[in-house]
Amino acid sequence: MADRPNPRPTARPATRPATRPARPPARTTPAKPPEPEPTGSILGFAKGFGLTFATMFKKVYTQQYPFDVYPTAPRYHGRHVLNRHPDGLEKCVGCELCAWACPADAIYVEGGDNTEAERYSPGERYGKVYQINYLRCIFCGLCVEACPTRSLTMSNEYELALDDRQQLIYTKEQLMAPLLPGMEAPPHPMRLGDDEKDYYVAKTQEPQTLGAPQSAANAAGKPITGHAIEVGRHHA
Amino acid sequence: MSALAAAPDVPGFGSEPIWIILIKVVGVFAFLVVMTLFSIVFERKVVGRMQNRIGPNRTGPWGTLQSLADGVKLAFKEEIIPLLADKPVYFLAPILSAVPAFLAFSVMPFGPQVSMFGHHTALQLTDLPVGVLVVFACSSLGVYGVVLSGWASGSTYPLLGGLRSAAQMISYEVAMGLSLVAVFLYAGTMSTSGIVASQYHTWNVFPLIVSFAIYAIAVVGETNRAPFDLAEAESELVGGFHTEYSSFKFAMFFLAEYINMVTVSALATTMFLGGWHAPWLLVNVWHGANSGWWPILWFVIKIVIIIFVFVWLRGTLPRMRYDQFMHLGWKILIPINLVWIMAVSTMHVLRDRGWPWWKAGSLVLVPVLLLILILLTAWESASAKRKAVRAAEEEAEYRLGPAFPIPPMDLRVPRAPKLVRASAPAAVLDQKESDDDG
Repeated sequence: MADRPNPRPTARPATRPATRPARPPARTTPAKPPEPEPTGSILGFAKGFGLTFATMFKKVYTQQYPFDVYPTAPRYHGRHVLNRHPDGLEKCVGCELCAWACPADAIYVEGGDNTEAERYSPGERYGKVYQINYLRCIFCGLCVEACPTRSLTMSNEYELALDDRQQLIYTKEQLMAPLLPGMEAPPHPMRLGDDEKDYYVAKTQEPQTLGAPQSAANAAGKPITGHAIEVGRHHA
Repeated sequence: MSALAAAPDVPGFGSEPIWIILIKVVGVFAFLVVMTLFSIVFERKVVGRMQNRIGPNRTGPWGTLQSLADGVKLAFKEEIIPLLADKPVYFLAPILSAVPAFLAFSVMPFGPQVSMFGHHTALQLTDLPVGVLVVFACSSLGVYGVVLSGWASGSTYPLLGGLRSAAQMISYEVAMGLSLVAVFLYAGTMSTSGIVASQYHTWNVFPLIVSFAIYAIAVVGETNRAPFDLAEAESELVGGFHTEYSSFKFAMFFLAEYINMVTVSALATTMFLGGWHAPWLLVNVWHGANSGWWPILWFVIKIVIIIFVFVWLRGTLPRMRYDQFMHLGWKILIPINLVWIMAVSTMHVLRDRGWPWWKAGSLVLVPVLLLILILLTAWESASAKRKAVRAAEEEAEYRLGPAFPIPPMDLRVPRAPKLVRASAPAAVLDQKESDDDG
């Protein structure tokens, strides 16, 4: 019994989801590699020279980047955003899971206690200090995956080059999403219910659709304003 | 020199007032510097286009002033001299490289006799009965600059680069010189103005197409340009002989390289492409195209077209291996050249004996062209045979399998213990199933 090969893919019950793709059928005669290009002949010479000559009259791929700004893919990993609940309270609960998930040790979080007089997020705790060091961040997105409240997402802003190291440590004020219409700047009491549960169980959060921007800040059309674009304007 | 210049077979030189000569000297110098600036931008633009890029486009309109800006920048850069450098030679080498490059252009004919401030003078600084040899002499002197800079840098890579450059330039100078022998035979003179004059009706490129092809290949090696730029093979030798040079000295090497390119283009124009003569179609339409100052324009256009071909080569071909390169120079170009010179001189002798040109030409050209045809067919069939052999080898290798051990196609990788533990119910299922089988 013990020397039997254990999980046999062919004899699996149909109810079990296939975790591995089916093994390709064994090929006795594998496909031949493609024919090489006609090098070393007159035709090959003519073809090569013709190609470079013809390329001169084709469209160039150069993008005049600082002068023309091109949109990124919608789910591009740009700088982070700390999102808000629809009433303006912060989603961050100061749990530090993002900081623990970060492989580059780029995130620093200090939690603080909410009080009835001064409430920043629903529930007990909020992120009092929140810093991301963009000299260390590798934009892998593990912090976003770790975030239990979907407070931390990424925007499409990629112009994160500066000549000052200190300025590249973004603080909470820089990372917070802007206040959209209907939002109120914290601290203020919970507006969406009496309990923090109402913020998560109620249908206050739209479901994420595939391919949609991660961040509400992106959806709100926040313009990309980085350092490089300013430099570009200056030169133009 | 003055005795040579006053020789009777190059009339019109050596008798101008000194200030006209000075004007010409300044003119040639300015022409070369401007051509260098132009060719650098032109090359970068064209290569960029060939690679789907724009090329320089920041400085001046369409980036045309880029090389001027680079030149100014180079001149003001910090100069770093290696500790181990042989100082006097280190200083001398760039000068030895740049000065002959400028000198070679002194015999290039820009145009016919023109009236300059009331004096009739040819648009050419000077000419000698052995004018083309001056160009050869200058390009040979340029090799000293290369090899001495490699030596004087006191560093390994420049030394290797310098040696490579020297070997390359000397080897290809042989092929280049031999390719022009046919031109001398054909024109009956070695003075550049005489050779241009002899091409009034037919450009030499048509009767001497083989010489032209060899010349075109040889000068690419002679000027150290891609695909023969082994001397500055970045992947092997950093920058070649000028690795340890910076600032203005580096600029001088750069200048020399591009002037050499202009010089060999001008020489190709003069020797094979009718010099400053306008194309025949244009002459038929406009009879004044070959007189006055206009020929300078045709001359420059021809040079620019040849420089374009240089750039085209660079944009198309990968760098050659050193031994293949030497093989091409010594074992292919030179033997073909010698046979071709024999053919041309035979034709010449027959024509001198009163044979009509078509008879003499066909007697010599037909066998030579036949030979070329046979060689080309042999090459094609050999390459087809090579291809077939390679295909057969690949087929055999495919059937027998590779020579190194590879895992079997149906290799079953055991699951990681962690995963097995995680999906314990599934494992139990599998286990139960195998029990059923058993």
